[in-house]
Amino acid sequence: MIEFKNVSKVYPNGTQGLKDINVTIEKGEFVVIVGLSGAGKSTFLRSINRLHEITSGEIIIDGSSITEAKGRDLRIARRDIGMIFQSFNLVKRSTVLRNVLSGRVGYHSTLRTVLGLFPKEDVNLAFNALERVNIVEKAYTRSDQLSGGQQQRVSIARALAQEAKIILADEPVASLDPLTTKQVMDNLQKINQELGITTVVNLHFIDIARQYATRIIGLQAGEVVFDGPVEEATDERFSEIYGRPLETREDEEVGASANESAE
Amino acid sequence: MNQLNEQKLPKAPSRIKHYLTFILILFLLWGSAYQTGSTFNELIEGFPNMFSVLDEMIPPNWAYFDNIIQAMLDTIRMAVLGTTIGAVIAIPFALFSASNMMKSTWIFYPVRFILNLVRTIPELLLAAIFVAIFGLGPLPGIFALGIFSTGIIAKLTYEAIEGIDKGPLESMTAVGANKIQWITFSVVPQVAAYYVSYVLYSFEINIRAAAILGLVGAGGIGEYYDRTLGFLEYDKVSTIIIFTLVVVLIIDYISTKLRENLL
Repeated sequence: MIEFKNVSKVYPNGTQGLKDINVTIEKGEFVVIVGLSGAGKSTFLRSINRLHEITSGEIIIDGSSITEAKGRDLRIARRDIGMIFQSFNLVKRSTVLRNVLSGRVGYHSTLRTVLGLFPKEDVNLAFNALERVNIVEKAYTRSDQLSGGQQQRVSIARALAQEAKIILADEPVASLDPLTTKQVMDNLQKINQELGITTVVNLHFIDIARQYATRIIGLQAGEVVFDGPVEEATDERFSEIYGRPLETREDEEVGASANESAE
Repeated sequence: MNQLNEQKLPKAPSRIKHYLTFILILFLLWGSAYQTGSTFNELIEGFPNMFSVLDEMIPPNWAYFDNIIQAMLDTIRMAVLGTTIGAVIAIPFALFSASNMMKSTWIFYPVRFILNLVRTIPELLLAAIFVAIFGLGPLPGIFALGIFSTGIIAKLTYEAIEGIDKGPLESMTAVGANKIQWITFSVVPQVAAYYVSYVLYSFEINIRAAAILGLVGAGGIGEYYDRTLGFLEYDKVSTIIIFTLVVVLIIDYISTKLRENLL
């Protein structure tokens, strides 16, 4: 369970990233965060594992505050949260297996991980994770030889090997084509349904959000402007909120890829 | 071109700055020559000496080769040891100098300052100081080369570290890695090839440097330059020069080939 309690974030330049957010995400939910570019989607997601710091309020995960956690406590809290990025963030020069195993470092001593002495169970875990995303045959391939969709599946495997209780995905399909988008989103959905891992995904496209989410949260200027089940997230409702319909995948023009980094 | 058009044309920028720069450079050249007392007359007068020395150098004394082979091997050994010492010491220096590794300017600026300081000291001066401390022989030479190459390798490596893809850094933070794990899994794979390349490059430089360290009594082939030049045995000098040239060329070639394959 992820609880946002009066969470606000103001950037040093004065921009309001998040504005008094109160949201509770239950275990096993598949939540998709939607909103226009700069609405605060990425800030929302990254504050959950504290890749971004919030300026006030508190975020509580399974009863303990991550915003208060320091040092080792913070690392252990992060260990339970898998993260998937728009640009995959794999070490390109390392093999797929090593990238997946890097998700296990939080479980072992520094010396052991630095020497690369992962126990047999960890290697099995890594292979199982790769199997789950159908890419096990690439285990010993260097990551930079994989396509974008394959790299994203490896990063999902890394989150799985981490034995994460929560998976955060920040625009996981923004740099993928429609076919690989479907593969990656299907993988995330399957993991959510079969393993009951709470999944929070940022998406630019409302049609994909409707297809996969159990609950949709709409953000605008750092505020929650919509929070409800998929059935309520109609085009009419969103046109009302945003003054125009949200983009769908079909609307996307070549080269106009979504980028949240300007946030 | 009519009157009206001419008025609209932008005025060419003044060239006075270029002329002043030219005059300044001429003045500096003349000043330097005047202050050091060097004249063209001296160059012309000394010119024939060049041929007499060259004449004495040919043919080289090939028999002398046997006497210097041990010293040449010593030179190579000194370079190997010096480079290795430098390569090891450079690692912490590089990490502490990189602004994306150390967030605090209080750490990386002082460390960079030390590195800059080290690189301003010529290796010959370092060797002379170490000869005074440890006495004659290759040991002070090795230390001098070690410190000298620390400066080069650390500087180049920290620049490589600052240029790495920050995505993997972010994902290792997200999995809950501690600082050492974070470096091992996201920094090392990205800079290892560059680091090895810089170590080889520094080895090339050290071979050349080691060849003259003997002039201040720090071991290696340089001692034989000193000795043979002192006795005006130019045929032996040319043997040493040719031998040094061949060794340097071979090592440069191997090193360059290795580095090409690394990157």
